[in-house]
Amino acid sequence: MAVTDHGVDHARREYAKPPIKIFKNLSSKIAAIPMILTATVIFIGCSGWTIVHSFTNSKLLPKLDFVGFDQYERLWSSRRWLISVENLFIYGLCSLVFTLVIGFLLAALLDRKIRFENTFRTIFLYPFALSFVVTGLVWQWILNPEFGVQSIVRGLGWESFTFDPLYNSDIVIYGILIAGLWQGTGLIMCIMLAGLRGIDEDIWKATKVDGIGTVKTYLVVIIPMMKPVFVTALVLIASGIVKVYDLVVAQTSGGPGISSEVPAKYVYDTLFGRQNLGQGFAASTMMLVMVVIILIPYVYLQFGGKKDQ
Amino acid sequence: MKLTKALLSATALCAAATTAHAVDLEVTHWWTSGGEAAAVTQFAKAFNEKTEHNWVDGAIAGGGSTARPIMVSRILGGDPMGATQFNHGRQAQELVEAGLMLDLTDVAEAEGWKDVVHPSSLLDACTLDGRIYCAPVNIHSWQWLWLSNSAFADIGVDVPANWDEYVAAMPALDAAGIVPLAMGGQAWQSSGAFGVLAIAIAGQDAWKAVNIAKDADVAGGEAYAKVFDAAAAAREYSKKTNVQDWNQATAMVIEGKAGGQIMGDWAQGEFAVAEKVAGTDYTCLPGLGVNAVIDTAGDAFYFPKQDDPEVEAAQKELAALMLSKEVQVEFNLRKGSLPVRGDVDLAAANDCMKKGLAILESGNIMPSGDMALSPDTSGQIEDLMTEFWSSDMSAADAQAEYAGIIADAD
Repeated sequence: MAVTDHGVDHARREYAKPPIKIFKNLSSKIAAIPMILTATVIFIGCSGWTIVHSFTNSKLLPKLDFVGFDQYERLWSSRRWLISVENLFIYGLCSLVFTLVIGFLLAALLDRKIRFENTFRTIFLYPFALSFVVTGLVWQWILNPEFGVQSIVRGLGWESFTFDPLYNSDIVIYGILIAGLWQGTGLIMCIMLAGLRGIDEDIWKATKVDGIGTVKTYLVVIIPMMKPVFVTALVLIASGIVKVYDLVVAQTSGGPGISSEVPAKYVYDTLFGRQNLGQGFAASTMMLVMVVIILIPYVYLQFGGKKDQ
Repeated sequence: MKLTKALLSATALCAAATTAHAVDLEVTHWWTSGGEAAAVTQFAKAFNEKTEHNWVDGAIAGGGSTARPIMVSRILGGDPMGATQFNHGRQAQELVEAGLMLDLTDVAEAEGWKDVVHPSSLLDACTLDGRIYCAPVNIHSWQWLWLSNSAFADIGVDVPANWDEYVAAMPALDAAGIVPLAMGGQAWQSSGAFGVLAIAIAGQDAWKAVNIAKDADVAGGEAYAKVFDAAAAAREYSKKTNVQDWNQATAMVIEGKAGGQIMGDWAQGEFAVAEKVAGTDYTCLPGLGVNAVIDTAGDAFYFPKQDDPEVEAAQKELAALMLSKEVQVEFNLRKGSLPVRGDVDLAAANDCMKKGLAILESGNIMPSGDMALSPDTSGQIEDLMTEFWSSDMSAADAQAEYAGIIADAD
């Protein structure tokens, strides 16, 4: 994008000579070819291919044997898919809210010029260095009732204490959420902290002069100023939510029963394990639709306004 | 002149020797538990010793459901291995149809597989349009109940002789702090156990009507209602298992922490590795002691097509070797499975294997779920069963769902 914009500006400035636009900035255009090809062939082309094949009854090998909306009908009547979508919704909403709130709170606390800030920052960011698989395994052990939190608390004398989210169908998704938050919050905190450091000292001085309290300053002055930082954080969190897969596989592999299934796992299992490409493609198309539904308002808000200016 | 002739023939010999190069043949499989690994080593040993080729072991941990997608995508992605395990039946059907597997018909004819493979349904599962595409290596049956003698000694009850006696003993086991029925958390285990209960309780005819004829009325009918009720009763006594892998659940039976487990005869390999003796340490009941019938599921090796004729020759040698008498005996004794040849002597077989062989001899056998149902349908049933076993889903709801899956099955 930037390359072509630049080319246009350049062309305007040298208006006198009639330029052959396509040869302007030739080297940068050539350099952009791989990216353009990747975007068109891999992202758009393969998505299109997937969507087309989601209307077929392909099994192990893709075939163009169209069956209309059959795959989608089956998808939306499959309880496993419905549970997956529900789980994604719960996980997504909680993860979004909690990551932003906790991330911002931690960042704001660190920003109060505390001692050992570096140490705390490292501790909070450290989980992010672990992969989801390791995170999942660690939390599987921590939440295991036989030797995890539950057994420790019981060992301390509280015999009736029960905390086994991974073995309880009703709350298993929150067990996964805990691990996800533990892993992801540190990064958001760092981004928020960078945003807070970017706020001019004079703003703080000005609010102090005006007699505005600290909390209120954060809420009405600082947060609105940090809009770009929040947008970045939002994109990072949202992309993490849609693709959540490895955490579930490592922690519960979808169990107990099918109560912690997520859409990405449904796609993988039907595509490869069950040798049913048509069904898997239908599910992945629905995932794309979900992303697009979230993305369109965001794109509209972010880029739509600029045209009016 | 003589010297020249001698030299010439010597070079000719050398040439002949070098054309049959040693080939490194990668073999992928998902045999990773103790008993399984001991068994597959027998194949590797025989292949390395009896041919000039090398066995390159490509074990994939995590069970068939993890391994199969890797195998399939390697074959489809143009990076085929030398040989790969599948459960014979419909798992590799489309790969064969797409012409990605080596045709083994000439090996089968040379080795006379048609005459020695017993039951012949095993070879049928490998056959497509009259050509043979896989080498069956063993017979595995799901229909076994493994009981821990020590667990029953603990509660002072005789080891049950059938499912009903076992169910009657469950409350006592539970009261003694022993998990009455060990059931691992993986979906295929609950689905398989349900299949076993179905054959034992609803009978063979009902099972065939559902799984082979895909008759949804039978699946939603009276006979299957009893199966769902039995499963619903059993699941209450399996809730404290808290392990995932089947061999961990088997270990509970071996250690006497669980009363019993419904699991295929591959569990026997685990008992063997733990040096337990059939009859004194543990008891096996084929067909849950109700309906002594076994299915003839099992493992087979497929040989993905390769362009190299030398590799192809090595693949065919391996196929022939796997079904040879000696290798069949060595392999199956360790695996706890039954040999695919009717003409080998299994004098070293233990109690349980002998029970299996006798049933095989009597012909009380049936096709396996893998042969009858597509992976897609099996997957849907697995989803349902794992939900059913791990939740409070009512038997009637589960049955209605089950009938729906059977009605849509292909």
